[in-house]
Amino acid sequence: MSEIEVGVAAYGDVRGSGWRSELQRASRVMVAARWPVLAVAFLLFAAIAAVFGGWLAPFDPNRQNLVLRLADPMTSGPDGGVFLLGSDALGRDVFSRLLYGARVSLTVGFAAITVGGTIGITAGLLSGYFGGWLDDLIMRLGDIQLAFPFILLAIMFLVVLGSGVWNLIIVLGIGQWVTYARIVRADTLSLREKEFVEAARAMGDSTFSIIFRTILPNILAPLTVIASFNVASVILSEAALSFLGLGVPPEVPTWGSMLAESRDTLVANKWWLAVFPGVAIMLTVLSFNILGDWLRDFLDPRLRERT
Amino acid sequence: MSIREDLLRVDGLVKHFPVRGGALNRVVNHVQAVSDVSFTVRRGEVLGLVGESGSGKTTVGRLVLRLEEATAGTVEFDGTNIMQLSKAEMRRFRKRMQIIFQDPFASLNPRERVRTVIGHALALHNIGAPATRGDRAIELMEQVGLSAAQLDRFPHEFSGGQRQRIGIARALAVNPDFIVADEPVSALDVSVQAQVINLLSDLKDELDLTMLFIAHDLAVVEHVCDRVAVMYLGKIMEIAPAAALYDKPNHPYTEALLSAVPTPEPGKKRKRIALTGDIPSPIDPPSGCVFRSRCPRAEAICAEKTPELEQVGPDHFSACHLTRKGQPS
Repeated sequence: MSEIEVGVAAYGDVRGSGWRSELQRASRVMVAARWPVLAVAFLLFAAIAAVFGGWLAPFDPNRQNLVLRLADPMTSGPDGGVFLLGSDALGRDVFSRLLYGARVSLTVGFAAITVGGTIGITAGLLSGYFGGWLDDLIMRLGDIQLAFPFILLAIMFLVVLGSGVWNLIIVLGIGQWVTYARIVRADTLSLREKEFVEAARAMGDSTFSIIFRTILPNILAPLTVIASFNVASVILSEAALSFLGLGVPPEVPTWGSMLAESRDTLVANKWWLAVFPGVAIMLTVLSFNILGDWLRDFLDPRLRERT
Repeated sequence: MSIREDLLRVDGLVKHFPVRGGALNRVVNHVQAVSDVSFTVRRGEVLGLVGESGSGKTTVGRLVLRLEEATAGTVEFDGTNIMQLSKAEMRRFRKRMQIIFQDPFASLNPRERVRTVIGHALALHNIGAPATRGDRAIELMEQVGLSAAQLDRFPHEFSGGQRQRIGIARALAVNPDFIVADEPVSALDVSVQAQVINLLSDLKDELDLTMLFIAHDLAVVEHVCDRVAVMYLGKIMEIAPAAALYDKPNHPYTEALLSAVPTPEPGKKRKRIALTGDIPSPIDPPSGCVFRSRCPRAEAICAEKTPELEQVGPDHFSACHLTRKGQPS
């Protein structure tokens, strides 16, 4: 045995395989990569804002103060408080609304991606694996959906289902599934013919197990990146639908609706109304993206030594 | 060697792949990958299946394991016609017949550790108590010449030869009676080929395995096989005990193949028979004997009548009009 082989064998010995050691490896690798730590920190902060926004916010997000409307950031507000990030056209505190807004925006963003991803991945796997009429049916359904402007379909659905956060999530999720289905289908088509899939079949694995246990882990990598980008478009779509009165009611603050409202005052140089919710969305997307990218590398056994 | 009972009996196996074309994607033709192949594999025996690329030998291997559904014919394994098993029955039956794949780089899931690969095979067929499966995995690793320390590695951390050993360990995990080895060494370096072949023949003796050994190289087959079947364009041309086939080939095609095998003795030179042209398209095979278009000795009868396999010696069958009297040139 050569020296290198001895080294590799020793390395193989110390490497555990339990979830605890995986977790340790995850944190070690994450700290080494630096950026993912910041991403996690921001998402944690946003999640805390989403859950505890009511306690953290200095003001009631819907408390109007027409005297102090469009106040600059850092000016003093009522009751000795400070408008940290300024106030909007109705004199509401932007910072408080941002904290509250995290709740709807993050819930909708995350849940819609989960719904769309689940439908899309399942459809893509079935479509790619079985082919034939099922493939035709699923892919043509996707084509039909993509032939319509999404917002039009969403309006139609929401008019029928009624507005509300959960319906919004379902509709936005359905709006995303085709992207996932197409990517997953393409990857499944190529993996289906691989010998290791054949080997699973020869071993007597069930079709279900082959699809979800053998094929699925091999196609997740590109999806993490796509999902992280999708979060942004979903948050903005939520704003558009809420603006049309089909999402959440106007008094409930969301990042998207804050952005939508800011366009009237942007020309008057009231930049903070657009910038802060915009930055919040951007940081969320960036964090998801960094995390998705990192997760992809982390999950790839071929990159283990480098990560 | 006494004749042993048949473990696998393949009868009249046919596989046609549809060729689609035209605007409506209709079936316009068929590739006759396997046409009317019959053979048996006896218990404890290694049958070699040899042929050029496109001769249908891999398809035969896959049909025998029912990884592909045959167009016609039966595959009887230990008295059970596996073509008639339901899907669930077939899944359970797979414990008895396994396969070793050609490409060791494609046959292992890149995201599964070796432990998972073997553990899953054991769990799937309820072999041993869950607690003892780790020991069984170690035993298998040692059996194929790998170490227990390598169980927690991923496929990309192994060389081609090592990967093929993992493939063998996976096939052996369920204690099969029968293994199809589909060109198990053709993707490996020549220096590693011999090691893997030796491993296979050792394991065969140790575990009393029955094997269908598919290869395109007669030299490789000679060392492991008891009997050899030569395939050409979806048909078996000749089937004989290995020694007889190498010593006294009957079919002109076998002769041509053998003449291409280098001999170790410099003085003893075989007459080189170079076949001209390519293997004909299996969509439109020649009439009569499929080999006649490239056969150096073809006569009129070859185009008219399809030769059947006929006995030309002890346990020796050949499908040729011209040499059937047992007098090879």
